Amino acid sequence: MLPEELQDKLEHDIAAVDHPKELAVDVMFALQDHYGYLTDEAVETAAGLLGIAPVEIEELATFYTFVYREPVGKYVIHVCDSLLCMLDGSETIEAHLHQKLGIGAGETTGDDLFTLLPVCCIGYCDRAPAILINRKVYGPLTVESLDAIIDRLRADKD
Amino acid sequence: MTSYPKVLLQNRKPDRIATIDEYRESGGYTALTESLGKVPSADVRQTIQNAVLLGRGGAAFPAGMKMSTVPEDAPFPRYLVCNADEMEPGTFKDRVLIHADPHQLIEGMVLTASGVQAEKGIVFIRPEYESAARILEREVGIARDAGFVGKDILGSGFDFHIDVHRSGGRYICGEVTAQLNALEGRRPNPRKPPPFPTVKGLWDRPTLVNNVETLCCVPHILKNGADWFKHLALTETGAGTKLYCVSGKVNTPGCFELPMGVPLREIVETHAGGMRSGGTFKACLPGGASTGFLPKEHFDIDMDFEGLKAVGNRLGTAAIMVFDESTCLVRVTCNLIDFFARESCGWCTPCREGIPYIKDLLWRIENGQGEVAYLDMIDRMARHLWNAYCAFAPGAAAPVQSLLEYYRDELMAHIEGGSCPFDK
Ligand SMILES: Cc1cc2nc3c(=O)[nH]c(=O)nc-3n(C[C@H](O)[C@H](O)[C@H](O)COP(=O)(O)O)c2cc1C
Ligand code: SF4
Repeated sequence: MLPEELQDKLEHDIAAVDHPKELAVDVMFALQDHYGYLTDEAVETAAGLLGIAPVEIEELATFYTFVYREPVGKYVIHVCDSLLCMLDGSETIEAHLHQKLGIGAGETTGDDLFTLLPVCCIGYCDRAPAILINRKVYGPLTVESLDAIIDRLRADKD
Repeated sequence: MTSYPKVLLQNRKPDRIATIDEYRESGGYTALTESLGKVPSADVRQTIQNAVLLGRGGAAFPAGMKMSTVPEDAPFPRYLVCNADEMEPGTFKDRVLIHADPHQLIEGMVLTASGVQAEKGIVFIRPEYESAARILEREVGIARDAGFVGKDILGSGFDFHIDVHRSGGRYICGEVTAQLNALEGRRPNPRKPPPFPTVKGLWDRPTLVNNVETLCCVPHILKNGADWFKHLALTETGAGTKLYCVSGKVNTPGCFELPMGVPLREIVETHAGGMRSGGTFKACLPGGASTGFLPKEHFDIDMDFEGLKAVGNRLGTAAIMVFDESTCLVRVTCNLIDFFARESCGWCTPCREGIPYIKDLLWRIENGQGEVAYLDMIDRMARHLWNAYCAFAPGAAAPVQSLLEYYRDELMAHIEGGSCPFDK
């Protein structure tokens, strides 16, 4: 069950638009923020709110990069591996993250803090090599500056 | 350094966005005040057409002409969509524009909408640009409070609302017809026209889709006139200024506003600070990942749409990715084809099957396991990509085909040497 406040907000937003389906991505994002990822229950809930079949939500959920159908960590790290970041060392950045976090691409750390996802060009080529952490950009990175960022997030948790 | 007039980035600051007051001090919202409810929409369209404003989203379609394809008697509501998806590798100008001067885009949207009598505006924005999305939401509110957006704008009787739509994130959502599906909450595969979006787009209503930069040019054109805009360009064939995003092996990568048609050499050597670490220019991709390699014999080319067309290339998004003599272009193409393989929407067979096929062969060559026969196989498959359902796959073919055309020696060196000659 959704908290009443979130339920009301989403119902209100949906009632305010001409076509409920146009809010499908927003609703998925809101439920994902609430549950941590788009759970099976969230798929059902989204479909119910929008008045469509769950499969219509699934069609979208499986398409988009930023919708997660499996649990992710508190911090989702998107590592850009497209051309400009690659030329400026994204492979080193990614390898360092594997080693520092002890996880591979697509995996989450045992303490549920970090998930590592390689992605295509994030539009910060002037700051290569760049990554996003929960959609906030960091770059140009060095191994040292990356260490500092990860250490800070780890410390924040306590 | 030659200094050129700044238009789109005249209010850019190093650390913050320009406020509505700063935008107005620079002449912002005068075009809107002077034309809304006073200048007939046909005249708005004609002025934009006379200015030869070509779409900045990559396809270079004439903006005024596209507006005129909305039928006079088309039903309402009509939509204007601002394409801020900007997922073409190397491209980040739309982000710079929104962060520099958001009201320029807002005014551009209102004016463009008035030219086709659209009352609903949507900015479609990629999730990586969350900060830009928030800026726009806030500044649209400020513009509404000032009377420039919303109902009966400045008493003109014209209504126009702007909403921000966050994408779930996929490159194909930047393609117009896929974007319409995305906005309707459908799986964003492209839809092949006809009907064209300007006739039957969102919810079967006429929908004009334009790139951020295209829309940002509109207030300046209406304020200063079509001739002024045309004369901003250095070339006869060009018009306006252009935001060139320069990245790769240069000293100072960045987004530079320069006259349309400025020579490539000047962009690299002067504005982008020259080649990094004293390297020499080997090639560039002149307009994003979906354009072909431009070899060094064209280093003096004028960077406008016609100039690149004349050498069988495209200006695309004018995202110039620069490579030096130490860059392996086979490796570069492998990275690009990885991108296209990942981002293919999977709808049609030439793209879904053809791109991974090329990817496999190219990587074998890069890894020193290539054979001469692969070159023809890659060439044949790249041609098949042109038969795909949308323009995504031909875009993927562009770097591959130009690699075969200009850098066969480099491919052969990989094949004959049994390893990448650029690996130390
Ligand atoms: C695969 C693909 C991706 C595209 N991505 C974008 C994009 O991110 N932004 C954009 O403005 N145009 C993009 N386009 C071009 C649009 O289809 C369209 O031409 C453009 O948005 C129209 O605006 P304009 O006429 O102002 O350039 C893309 C095209 C294709 C085929
Ligand atoms: S060419 Fe690629 S992106 Fe376009 S419809 Fe076919 S599969 Fe989808």
